[in-house]
Amino acid sequence: MPIVTDSQRSATRTQVHQAITQQNRHLPSIVLSVTLLVAVTFTLLTLFSLLARIVTQAIPAFSERGASFLSGTIGSEPGKVGIWPGLFGSFAIGIGVLLIAVPLGIGAAIYLEEYAEQNRLNRFVVVNIRNLAGVPAVIYGVLGLIIFVGWLKPVTNGGTVVAAALTLAILVLPVVIITSMEAIRAVPMGLRDAGYGVGASRWEVTRDHVVPYAMPGILTGTVLALARALGEAAPLIMIGAITGLLPETSLSGKFTAIPMLIYSWSGRPDSSGGNIGWSNAAAGAGLVLLALVLVFNVIGIFLRNHFEAKRVGT
Amino acid sequence: MSTSDSPQESGALGVGADVSTSLAHEQQTKSDSMDLPIFAVRDLSVKYGEFRAVRDVTLEISEHEITAFIGPSGCGKTTVLRCLNRMNDFIDSAKVEGYIDYHGVDLYHEDVNPNEVRRRIGMVFQKPNPFPKSIFDNVAYGPRLTGGMSKADLNDLVERSLRRAALWDEVKDRLKASALGLSGGQQQRLCIARCIAVEPDVILMDEPCSALDPIATARIEDLMQEIKKDYTIIIVTHNMQQAARVSDRTAFFTTEMNTESDRRTGVLVEYDTTNKMFSVPSDERTEAYVTGRFG
Repeated sequence: MPIVTDSQRSATRTQVHQAITQQNRHLPSIVLSVTLLVAVTFTLLTLFSLLARIVTQAIPAFSERGASFLSGTIGSEPGKVGIWPGLFGSFAIGIGVLLIAVPLGIGAAIYLEEYAEQNRLNRFVVVNIRNLAGVPAVIYGVLGLIIFVGWLKPVTNGGTVVAAALTLAILVLPVVIITSMEAIRAVPMGLRDAGYGVGASRWEVTRDHVVPYAMPGILTGTVLALARALGEAAPLIMIGAITGLLPETSLSGKFTAIPMLIYSWSGRPDSSGGNIGWSNAAAGAGLVLLALVLVFNVIGIFLRNHFEAKRVGT
Repeated sequence: MSTSDSPQESGALGVGADVSTSLAHEQQTKSDSMDLPIFAVRDLSVKYGEFRAVRDVTLEISEHEITAFIGPSGCGKTTVLRCLNRMNDFIDSAKVEGYIDYHGVDLYHEDVNPNEVRRRIGMVFQKPNPFPKSIFDNVAYGPRLTGGMSKADLNDLVERSLRRAALWDEVKDRLKASALGLSGGQQQRLCIARCIAVEPDVILMDEPCSALDPIATARIEDLMQEIKKDYTIIIVTHNMQQAARVSDRTAFFTTEMNTESDRRTGVLVEYDTTNKMFSVPSDERTEAYVTGRFG
């Protein structure tokens, strides 16, 4: 029977000691962590400098005009314009997108994930929905101009905020569908089995278990989609949003939206005599748009936390 | 009764076309004193796409007994179990051939409502899968689907089901608490209570103890003995000792290599009383498996 001698034992110890206490600084990992840190810093710096610039530029618009910058209407003098028509338009578009794209998108996602047979046709449809998510916004603008402004004129009354909401709803629909599908796919199979196991129908399982469990993910997609819809200017240009004079706001008349104002105002020369130039007005409108998106985001996050708490069963 | 004349030798794929003749044949060969079976399975084959998972299974399940399906991985025992309450309906590629008679009804007939089938033939799964709801709501979910129950009746039913599942004393003070806060063994008993609450006729158990420790396993096994007078239980298990301990009859499945492809297909080797299966099995493969020589 072999006996470990003291000298052998201490030799092993020395080896082990050396092996596990050797400098654990590995050059490639140091390089990698520095690179990652630089990437994060650069991203954050860009974001903050953008934000700082918007805020400083927007200050004159708010300090001079106060609430009238929000409630006033658009016009040809940067010192007198307000963004009310844009605020109204963007808010109406936001609500419209929520009412149209969210139910349609969730419905389509439920069908594709829970009901449709997973065959070639289904895969073809899904691939195309993914492709649609990447189609440039201008193309959707052309589509909106032809369908919602042209063909559906009796319903939308032409280039109105209703046509804009419909166009932007179609624009974000693929995003809602894809994120909802992914959320639904992440629902554990065992949860469905449990429902079916006590005799629930497919619809009951979907309604009682699958959708509530997938809700946080669906809401994330909804918030992303909404932020995108609120920020788009290109399709609105195609549909015919106004940037000149818009004395009154309505669902059935001419309209504008905040991104449209930002786009139009930032292109105008800043040489007028007053304290507020077009760039200040544009920055002010940009700040309001950010705030609007933030409000929708906060609501989304609250709802998501609510559903997430339910999911862990509290 | 026994299907010890190995079904894989029957060669021809009876795909339900010859149900009447095979039923008549069965009546002639029926030997021992088994009551009318609750399930009669004839020539059951299941394919997932091109892959045949299990073929030519013929067996009968008797009421108020515990039947165990044993066998190595991939032998199709879970697949057969999931056919008995049409759980395979949810797998698009699954194709069920053959005939399953449940109380004299062809389970796969187009007039059969699969949701009602699953209400009567409940299922307990391998991994405890309580709903992310309160303990009470878990048990009450099934009865609420059918509706028409007063609050007091529902409370009674939930209590009764939890008592039957030997969980009541542990949870009676926290019925409103989340089911996800229970231990694994408690969760599995909750799943059994949830299943009992819809007052099924049959309970299918798919390896119900494989995620549990020995103490929790023993509790579930006791529970099975306790409730078998009211329910017919079919349990799939990897654990031969468990089959020997709890079941009245045992079906042994194994896999055999296909001649035309290198995929394996599950077959039923032998089906008999558990005593016989574990003491004097008639097929040498059964003997090899139950004595631990393979699997």
